[in-house]
Amino acid sequence: MTNDRRPLILMSPALLWLFGLMVVPCLLILALAFFRRGLYGGIEYTWTLENIALVFDPLYFKIFMKSAGIAGLAAGIASVLGYAAAYAIASMPRRHQPMLLFFAVLPFWSNYLVRTYAWIVLLNREGLIVNLARWFGFEGEMPKLLYTESAVVIGLVYNYLPFVILSCYAPLSRLNPEIAEASRDLGASGWKTFRRITLPMTVPGIATGFVFVFVLSIGNFVTPALLGGGQFQMIGNLVYAQFLTANDWPFGAALSMVLILVMLGLLMLQAVVTERASGGKKQIDG
Amino acid sequence: MADRNTFRLMLLILGVIFAFLYIPISVLVGLSFNEGGLPTAWTGFSVKWYGALLQNSDILQAAGNTLFVAIFSTILSTILGSLLAVGVELRRRNGKWLETIIFAPMIIPDIVLAIALLSFFSLLGARMGLHTIVVSHVVFNLAFVCAVVRARLRNFDWSIVEASTDLGASTFTTLIRVILPVLMPAILAGALLAFTLSVDEFIIAFFTAGAGRSSITLPMQIYAMIRFGVTPEINALATVVMGVSVIALALSQRLNRGGLPGQ
Repeated sequence: MTNDRRPLILMSPALLWLFGLMVVPCLLILALAFFRRGLYGGIEYTWTLENIALVFDPLYFKIFMKSAGIAGLAAGIASVLGYAAAYAIASMPRRHQPMLLFFAVLPFWSNYLVRTYAWIVLLNREGLIVNLARWFGFEGEMPKLLYTESAVVIGLVYNYLPFVILSCYAPLSRLNPEIAEASRDLGASGWKTFRRITLPMTVPGIATGFVFVFVLSIGNFVTPALLGGGQFQMIGNLVYAQFLTANDWPFGAALSMVLILVMLGLLMLQAVVTERASGGKKQIDG
Repeated sequence: MADRNTFRLMLLILGVIFAFLYIPISVLVGLSFNEGGLPTAWTGFSVKWYGALLQNSDILQAAGNTLFVAIFSTILSTILGSLLAVGVELRRRNGKWLETIIFAPMIIPDIVLAIALLSFFSLLGARMGLHTIVVSHVVFNLAFVCAVVRARLRNFDWSIVEASTDLGASTFTTLIRVILPVLMPAILAGALLAFTLSVDEFIIAFFTAGAGRSSITLPMQIYAMIRFGVTPEINALATVVMGVSVIALALSQRLNRGGLPGQ
């Protein structure tokens, strides 16, 4: 192909769009984090580090840590369940696998709010789970199910599980079955083969799934607001409040900036894990 | 013997996971047809809650707005995303920065893009409404369209483009008469995907809609409704919204086998 300008002409409308409506606004957020909040909720254009410092104020840092804890728990549970599901799908006959995978991922493409709402239907005071328990003869006070931390974790796991199934299935389906066979022929038990061969070779899939669930969870404000109840706050809700109710945009921008840095760090870590694993695979192949 | 037990264990795992994935939404769909509307007792099959949706002017207005946003953002993002895909694949040797910029809208957290766009629009002093939602939705939609079309272009035989040029066709003619027909299934699949994503998108719409009821979209309406708890009407609405996504996705999948991002 000659070194012509045609590709650039084709690409330019979309690239301009992304530049003007993604790159510039995101840079704006970075800049905003270093401005002072005006007296009446406006922005004063003098440089300051106060907003960044405020993020690490114990009051807000506690929320940060709690969000990270909830996101980590959700990502951990989703990784275990997702890996198990992907492993099970990969062990089914080849011709059934695409269909199983399609149905595992299908819920992921339906509306996020609707999927979260489904759990309100199940968990609320008059919900299905309470009714089922009564029907089975459970008497007395039912523990509160909805508007709890557990409900938030369940909601996050439910919403993002299909993503982990996808990311774990990819390396599992590419796995050469002869390696596991060789391991068993050499006398290793099924469990040992799994632990020493299959698992290490498919770790990148788990890492990708874990990081994405964590990243999507820690900045989430919809699930905490709907399943955690009005008082429940995660970082996403805090950012939301700064922009839509408290009107402290510079602080909101600072919060998001720290959030973005955490996410970027994790994504880089995940890239490293993937790289290492593919390096290791080459060694086995060679 | 051990293998049979393993197989049974795998079936059990699949059963449990699929139950976890599908029971909640099935309960929702089931309840939307419950005459009495309460989760406590089944009082008979009825579509009256769907009828109630058609009587609710708030919901109808929100549905109209959603359709407006989805149609315009789909048209724009399909054009931009397809051109981008052809350009990127034609160029072949792309720097890392280019790939990052194209990939970024798919992984950037919604809330970050949402507040960034809100700050941007208000700094410009732009009046916010349905048009700002359209413009914002194009940002992530064009990335998804581009990904679907690029997947198709990987198996594209570029020699037919060279043949077309050799035979004297202009670049524009080649694009319209040679490349476009081959890409059509992928472009349509990308458009359907963009349409679903736009119909379902809540956070960015919520932040860039501006004040007032006039630019509320369906997900915004749903969010407002479910904060107050469970009603049979929401069950019906949720079922409709879910049905639309599933149909659009199935169509997209059919048009473009295996071309969805991540599959």
